[in-house]
Amino acid sequence: MSTAVLKGSRGMNSAVLRTEIRLFRREPGALFWILLFPTLLLVILGSIPSFRDPEADLGGLRTIDVYVPVAVLLGLIVGGLQAMPQTLTGYRERGILRRMATTPVRPSALLAAQMTVFGGAALTSALLALAVGRLAFDVRLPEQPAGYLLALVLAVLVSLALGAVVCALSRTTKIAGAVGSAVFFPAMFCAGLWAPVQTMPDVLARIVGYTPFGAAAEALNRAAAGDWIGWTHLGVLVAWTVLLTAGAARWFRWE
Amino acid sequence: MCAHPASRDADAMSVIEVSELRKSYGGRPVVDGVSFAVQEGEIFGVLGPNGAGKTTTVECVEGLRVPDAGRVRVTGLDPIADHEKVARVLGAQLQQSELQAKLTVREALELYASFHARPADWRPLAERLGLTGRLTTRFAKLSGGQKQRLFIALALIGNPRIVVLDELTTGLDPRARRDTWDLIEDIRANGVTVLLVTHFMEEAQRLCDRIAVIDKGRVAALDTPAGLIRRSAGATVISFTPSAPLDDADLDALPALASVEHHDGRVTLSGTDETVSAVLTLLARLHITAHQLRVTEATLDDAFLDLTKEAAA
Repeated sequence: MSTAVLKGSRGMNSAVLRTEIRLFRREPGALFWILLFPTLLLVILGSIPSFRDPEADLGGLRTIDVYVPVAVLLGLIVGGLQAMPQTLTGYRERGILRRMATTPVRPSALLAAQMTVFGGAALTSALLALAVGRLAFDVRLPEQPAGYLLALVLAVLVSLALGAVVCALSRTTKIAGAVGSAVFFPAMFCAGLWAPVQTMPDVLARIVGYTPFGAAAEALNRAAAGDWIGWTHLGVLVAWTVLLTAGAARWFRWE
Repeated sequence: MCAHPASRDADAMSVIEVSELRKSYGGRPVVDGVSFAVQEGEIFGVLGPNGAGKTTTVECVEGLRVPDAGRVRVTGLDPIADHEKVARVLGAQLQQSELQAKLTVREALELYASFHARPADWRPLAERLGLTGRLTTRFAKLSGGQKQRLFIALALIGNPRIVVLDELTTGLDPRARRDTWDLIEDIRANGVTVLLVTHFMEEAQRLCDRIAVIDKGRVAALDTPAGLIRRSAGATVISFTPSAPLDDADLDALPALASVEHHDGRVTLSGTDETVSAVLTLLARLHITAHQLRVTEATLDDAFLDLTKEAAA
């Protein structure tokens, strides 16, 4: 099916969005992994006493402090890279997009709704991690809230764009699951799940800084510390978002 | 364009016009010059073997595919350029298409109703389709028949002038199939034009006013079911055991006779209705009794096999 047939101009449809939100709430797996798991991980790490002591290696920060941005990114990555491509590929595979194409509303409405649902869920997850970090472990809230929010929104966009590429390149939900997982681990590494970016060797940290989630992690760290997020990180995030969105738009098949 | 007043009148009544439609996939023509026109209020069948190009043809009508060549008009509109307008007058039930697994019947009806400016009230629609008791059931938990009935409801919810039903009864048990047929007749009785894609002969014969037999991407024949049956050679078969031997010369003289066979004293003739009456007259004249007389009509099945065989040759 040609893209021109189905794309259409009208993006969002509020009834479709409401339906997709309702359906998302019926997925206990997605709710747990996107919304709760990152914060749960933070709580587990924060329960280890030594993680609450300042470390010289981390410039006087505590381990729990550097894991807050990791938890924030974790929700984004699970939502954008694993949950969304699975759902969208399934919608394509089972002809749900096609059925939508026979109505006056275009299937692009479903795509837009999916992006909104998973983007919103990822943001909610991030805010929950920040709130729990602050309340339970006394992690300081970002000192530059505007810069932090900007970095967060860009990180959500880049994860959705990457998820859209996964969806565009995967013909079936099985492939989408495999590709999603294959990208998931490098993404989590870059976000700093195994070793926060601050603790990585210089060369590695520089390379990681050019990946979408490495740049996001650094941008979030700087904004949290009260610094301007930096044109390099901002540029890297924007470049990846533009590049991945263009790729997804080019390769995405409605059928 | 309208040189003949008659053709202009025919155009005015056509709600779907397909002319010289062509569509290839990877260089292989799937639809290769299909033309037909569907009149307002009729049940028009698109019949053909699997892979004949039926679904691709109706997908061009629904605006799901862009034709390579040819012209498709739905109530005078181009399904690609005027997609939104066409989607308002044409409801579609697709082959192999599902809904979100956890969407309930009621939510699906309300959602699809919201896509239309003047939707049908979904409550009586659900009632008519026997879905009232299933409104809170999730799609994945519905039976095959219930899913099909929901798809019909979704196709009708925008109050369309035309519905396209693609392989609607495939996978249904005979009872559910017959219920669905009643429903289709009911839809037409409400003034909706029906474009029905099927490979069930019985279904086409029972429901359709006219049928386009599609084979290898072309229209092999376009006629009423009775007309299609009449076209096939040896449409009527008469067999009996005569009380006294019959003269072959007498039999050969029968009108419209296609073949004669003798087997164990039983005579089998094939021909038309005319042959039947002539053979009965002949027997009466010769005072011969026809024991175990059987007259079998050719079915659309026979006509179909005949038509698609010709096209293959």
